[in-house]
Amino acid sequence: MEYEATIGLETHIMQKTGTKMFCSCRHEYGAAPNTHVCPVCLGYPGALPVLNEKAIELCCKAGLLLGCAINPYSKWDRKNYFYPDMAKNYQISQYDQPLCLGGQLEVEVDGAMKTFAIERIHQEENAAKNTHVAGGSLVDYNRAGTALMEIVSEPCMHSAADALAYMNALKQIMQYGGISDCDQEKGQMRSDVNVSVRPVGQKELGAKVEIKNMNSFAFIEQAIGYEIDRQIAVLEGGGRVAQETRGFDADRGETFTQRTKEDAHDYRYFPEPDLMPVKISAEQVERWRAELPELPAQRRARYVSELGLPEYDAGVLTSDKAVSDWFEEAMRHTDNAKAVSNFIMGEMLRLLSGQGTAISESQVTPEKLAAIIALIDAKTISTSAGKQVFEIVFNEGGDPKTIVEAKGMAQVSDDSALEGWADEAIANNPKSVEEYKAGKQGAINFLMGQVMKASKGKANPGAVMQMLKQKLDA
Amino acid sequence: MSNATQGMDVGYVAHLARLELTAEETALFQGQLDQILHYVEQLNALDVAGVEPTAHAIPVYNVFRPDEVGRSLDHDDVIANAPSAANGQFRVPKIIDQ
Ligand SMILES: [Zn+2]
Repeated sequence: MEYEATIGLETHIMQKTGTKMFCSCRHEYGAAPNTHVCPVCLGYPGALPVLNEKAIELCCKAGLLLGCAINPYSKWDRKNYFYPDMAKNYQISQYDQPLCLGGQLEVEVDGAMKTFAIERIHQEENAAKNTHVAGGSLVDYNRAGTALMEIVSEPCMHSAADALAYMNALKQIMQYGGISDCDQEKGQMRSDVNVSVRPVGQKELGAKVEIKNMNSFAFIEQAIGYEIDRQIAVLEGGGRVAQETRGFDADRGETFTQRTKEDAHDYRYFPEPDLMPVKISAEQVERWRAELPELPAQRRARYVSELGLPEYDAGVLTSDKAVSDWFEEAMRHTDNAKAVSNFIMGEMLRLLSGQGTAISESQVTPEKLAAIIALIDAKTISTSAGKQVFEIVFNEGGDPKTIVEAKGMAQVSDDSALEGWADEAIANNPKSVEEYKAGKQGAINFLMGQVMKASKGKANPGAVMQMLKQKLDA
Repeated sequence: MSNATQGMDVGYVAHLARLELTAEETALFQGQLDQILHYVEQLNALDVAGVEPTAHAIPVYNVFRPDEVGRSLDHDDVIANAPSAANGQFRVPKIIDQ
């Protein structure tokens, strides 16, 4: 029998705010434990939460970037549970009236464009961080109460590749939009993955299995693949897939039962009496919309249409916001988009990955790359010398022009110097000369190579070619 | 609310609230809570067909604060309240299920 998998994602993204969602404690990663805490985020009796305006704005902007409608009226609810990561014994969330409704994400999966529907985005607060030690657990409340939004997709994906493409696009958009850095290592982007399988043609979805709290895209991909295979095997064996929550064991690449439906939580949601609802006017929505930055897809299109870059280049350059911003900055100092693109995609990304540093920290600044390109375009140096200069600046810093002078890298276009090398090459290689004269155009390349060798790579290839042709065609 | 007179499952609600009740307490609270729910149920007699549901009684919206860092508590004071602490953190009995 043929089976079809259905996948939905609930993605939690930590917003880039300076303070927490409901109190003015600083939001900072890596601070000493329990140094950014107060009566509100520690759940002291009588402490009252107050909404962070910036978080609301970022959540709504995230919604606008994803084509959601902004709910004119939204409210707050308590999700009740007992767990030490939430000192109040409830999490403030949005149950039935979230900030953003509907929406979609268009992504390319294996060369085909697909549209994945988004059901809603709601605002909530993050939980504290637990560390498990011998005989107990430790709780650091610095993260408790920080702004967290949950983006819920429709169950509209059908493969691990779909889910991966969706998450990559989501991450890119959130980064471009300044909503979140989505640094998975810092837990800024985590997903709950819902997977079910049904025979093709069956109308109802199969039993839903939820894999909780995954931050690595690679693990999500593995977990989905494993889960689809496992559920199909259960159905094929005549069994029933249990609706349950499963964890993912990264070492084994397998999922395992964590919690079955029978002991599922009953959160007893009810309206949060401590927070007043939010009303957002159409005018406010338009003000926010006007502030939205250009998204990767728009940038990609502009790089092709306005800068004349190949689709491939535009895709590579825009896949990372930092790289794309760097490219934009370089374009303020040069008109040669293709040369900038070549240097970024070649030397820059290769050297950066070798060093494990970010493009923003590179010693080759956008201005310096533009200076190197100007030297190449003026034929002062060859393209290969340009790459050497790039590498020197990357490793040691310094000014491109000064380096070219100090190392004598300028190429020779001077006729008198070229003439000597050209004559020598012609005299020493009568066979190639004969072949060329007999009509074998390619033979000239050998002579050219001899001149380049004699000049130790400094001869201007264009000028050499011209000189050789002049002499041979005469 | 319509099924309030059918009573609430005190045992279940007590479990959700992590309360340990004896059989006598459960029976006692069952009777008391049923009475309260029955009292509240008088509201069902009202015609609210034209009334918008609301989560709050007063029409106040958009109570915001700017995203500016304020004072947090002193770390020593925070930990002083912890029944048990280690490495500057609250120490709690081992948590297993997430
Ligand atoms: Zn706080």
